[in-house]
Amino acid sequence: MAFSAPTANFTPLNTPFLRSHDNTLVSSLSPSPFFGSTAKLRLSSSPNFNLHRRSGSVVAVSEAVKEKKFKSTRNLLITKEEGLELYEDMVLGRAFEDMCAQMYYRGKMFGFVHLYNGQEAVSTGFIKLLKLQDSVVSTYRDHVHALSKGVPARAVMSELFGKTTGCCRGQGGSMHMFSREHNLLGGFAFIGEGIPVATGAAFTSKYKREVLKEADCDHVTLAFFGDGTCNNGQFFECLNMAALWKLPIVFVVENNLWAIGMSHLRSTSDPQIYKKGPAFGMPGVHVDGMDVLKVREVAKDAIARARRGEGPTLVECETYRFRGHSLADPDELRDPDEKARYAMRDPIAALKKYIIENNLASEAELKAIDKKIDEVVEDAVEFADESPVPPRSQLLENVFADPKGFGIGPDGRYRCEDPKFTQGTAHV
Amino acid sequence: MLAISRQRILGQCFQKIRPAVSELRSYSSAAKQITVREALNSSLDEEMSADPKVFLMGEEVGEYQGAYKITKGLLEKYGPERVLDTPITEAGFTGIGVGAAYYGLKPVVEFMTFNFSMQAIDHIINSAAKSNYMSAGQISVPIVFRGPNGAAAGVGAQHSQCYAAWYASCPGLKVLSPYNSEDARGLLKAAIRDPDPVVFLENELLYGESFPVSDEVLDSSFSLPIGKAKIEREGNDVTITAFSKMVGYALKAAEILEKDGINAEVINLRSIRPLDRSTINASVRKTNRLITVEEGFPQHGVGAEICSSVVEESFAYLDAPVERIAGADVPMPYAANLERMAVPQVEDIVRAAKRACYRSVPLAATA
Repeated sequence: MAFSAPTANFTPLNTPFLRSHDNTLVSSLSPSPFFGSTAKLRLSSSPNFNLHRRSGSVVAVSEAVKEKKFKSTRNLLITKEEGLELYEDMVLGRAFEDMCAQMYYRGKMFGFVHLYNGQEAVSTGFIKLLKLQDSVVSTYRDHVHALSKGVPARAVMSELFGKTTGCCRGQGGSMHMFSREHNLLGGFAFIGEGIPVATGAAFTSKYKREVLKEADCDHVTLAFFGDGTCNNGQFFECLNMAALWKLPIVFVVENNLWAIGMSHLRSTSDPQIYKKGPAFGMPGVHVDGMDVLKVREVAKDAIARARRGEGPTLVECETYRFRGHSLADPDELRDPDEKARYAMRDPIAALKKYIIENNLASEAELKAIDKKIDEVVEDAVEFADESPVPPRSQLLENVFADPKGFGIGPDGRYRCEDPKFTQGTAHV
Repeated sequence: MLAISRQRILGQCFQKIRPAVSELRSYSSAAKQITVREALNSSLDEEMSADPKVFLMGEEVGEYQGAYKITKGLLEKYGPERVLDTPITEAGFTGIGVGAAYYGLKPVVEFMTFNFSMQAIDHIINSAAKSNYMSAGQISVPIVFRGPNGAAAGVGAQHSQCYAAWYASCPGLKVLSPYNSEDARGLLKAAIRDPDPVVFLENELLYGESFPVSDEVLDSSFSLPIGKAKIEREGNDVTITAFSKMVGYALKAAEILEKDGINAEVINLRSIRPLDRSTINASVRKTNRLITVEEGFPQHGVGAEICSSVVEESFAYLDAPVERIAGADVPMPYAANLERMAVPQVEDIVRAAKRACYRSVPLAATA
C-alpha cells in the first residue's frame, strides 16, 4: 500500500511513482473510488478512524504522520484542545447554516442563499490550520468558510440580513463575503471566478518573499471550489500557472457530486478530479471529505508543502451537501438513498464519536460547546435584527476608492464634493 | 381592416389588464391568460417540433426542467440529443453552439442568467456576431442566446446587471427583449427562425406573470417582426419608452399620470437592436416630450441612444429636455432598501414625466 513508499508523496513531477500510486488507489477499492448515485460505492461507508487507515480513501500519508504515530504514546491524531476546537468550529458552521434556513423562510434573508450543511469537515479541516495572514478564496457557498476563518458570526448574520453592520455593510450579501482583516477574499458568484483570484493572492505571497525581500512571508492561499468548476477553463489555466511558478496555493475541490441538478458523472468525462493535478505537474490527492481528521492530515501536508515553497497541490475532498443547492432548490433529483447514506457519515457525529471513544473529552463538555454555539448564533440573530438598515447615503459609497471617479458635475466641481450628492438614487 | 382594429383594441386592453377580463371577452373570441413562462415554453416546443435542426443547450435545461422551468417537459418530449444538459462551461458550450450554427443547425443556447454570458462573450461577439461579415456572407449563424437579464430580487451585484446596452452596441447581433406573453411568444419564434445571431433578454420576475393572449398569438405560426416597437398605450402629452419589466412600471406610471391630467404614450421597444427609431420619433413628434426608462446602468445605456436619435431626427419638435431614467450608477447592492433605490420605481417615472411636462419645479441634476 501507500505506506511502503519511501519517497514523500508530494513529488512535483509526473513520475511513474505517482502512476503506481494511482493504481494502488484504484486497486484497493473495488470498482471505482466513488461514484455518487450508483450502487457500487466506496469501501469506507462508515467513518473509519482506524489508525492504519486501511480504507485507502486517503491517498497521501506523509512521513511526518507516520513518525508522529510512532512517537506519540496514545497514537491519536489530535490533542484534546485541537479536538474541541475542531468540534466547536463544525458545530458553529452547522448551527449557523440551520439558522440561516430558518431566517430565510421567515423572510429576514432573501435572494440566493447556499448552505454548507454536511461539508463542514472540509472547511474546518483546512482553515483551522491557517494563520491569520493566510488567505481563503471561496465560492457562493461561503458562510462557513468565513466563520472558520474567524469572521464573527454577528458580522456574517448581519450581512445576510442586509444590515449596515454586516461584514460588507450589507452591500455584498450571502454570496459575496469579504474580510480584509481575516484575509477572506470572497465570496464569488461565478464558479471558477475565485480560482484565478486565489492564484493571484498566492503569487503576491511569492512576490513579496522574492522580489520585495520580505523573507518571512510564507503566506499560503486556499482556493475552495466545487466539482462543477473542474470542467471550467479557468480552473485548468490556473493549475498550469500555479504549477509552473510553484505558487503557495492549495486547490481544494469540494466534490459534493452535484451541481444544482446536474450530477458530476453526467457532466465530466473523467470524474476522478484528483487525477487532473499530475497532468499539470502537481500532486493530486483524494480524501474522504466527511472525516475531518483525514482532511486535516492531508491539509497539513499540502499547506506545509506550499509554505516550504514547493508549489501547489490539488486536493479532492469527497463530500456531500445535505440540503439542496440553494434554499430555492427543491432538491428532487437526488436519490434519497444516497442522501441517507451520506447522512450516516455526518462529520460532526463522527468527530464526536472519535472524541468520546478516545476519551479526549466527555459528553458533557461537548454538550456545553453545543449550548455555547446555540447562544452565539442566537446572539448573532438578535444583533442582526437590531442593526439598522443602510442609510440612503450608503448607496453611492464604496463604488470607488477615490470617489472623484464620479467625475465633475455641471458646476465645475467634483460631484462627490457636493454635499447633496449622496441623495441621488436611481436617476443619478 | 379587422386586424388593425383588433390590434388597437388589444393595445387598449393592455392598459387595464387585471380588472377588465370580462371586457376582453367581448372583443376577442377566447382571451386566454398565459404566463410568460408558458409562452416561452410553448414557443420552444412548437419551434422544435417544426424544425428538427433546432436544439437546446444550457445548464440544467434537461433533467432539472430548466433553472427557471422555461424548458419544462422538453427533455421528455425531444430526448437528450436535442435538449442538452451542459457542464458549467459557458465559454465552451457557447462556442460549441456557434460552431453547430456554422454548419447549419439552429441552437438555442440558454444562459442561466445573462451575467454568466460574460464568460462566453468572446464567442457571442467574435464568433457569432462578426462571422457573416468576416466571411462575406458565406457563414451565417442562426443561433439564439436566451436567458434572464437584469435585476431579480436580492441576488447581489454579480447577478443583477442588465446587458441590453452592451449587446445592442454590437453590429451583427439582433437584440430582443419581450415584456408580456405575446411578446415572448412572437419574438422568440422570430428569433429562432431568424438566420442571424439573436440575443433574447428575458426577465426573471416576469416569468410568473400572466397576460391575456388572443387565439392569433396562440397559433403556432405566430411571430412578431424584429425591429418593430409597440405602442402599448396611446397618449398625447409625453412619450415614455421602456422595455422588459419597465414597460409594466411605465404603464402603472401612466395610470397615475392620467389622474393628474397627463396623457402618456407608452412604447414597448421589444427590439433593442435594431431600434425602432421611426416609431419613437413619430411618437415624439406627436407628444413633444420624451422619457426613456431602463433598468441598466445609465452611462452608454439604451436611453442614451434613444435620446441621441431623437435629438438627431426630431430636435425641433422637443418642448422639453429628454429625461433618462436608468438604474443607479453603482453595482447592485444586496440590502433590500438599497436595492430598491438602485432600480427605477414607478414614482421615479411619474416624477420625471411631471418634470418633462413642467408640472413640478425642475430639480438639480443629482436628484
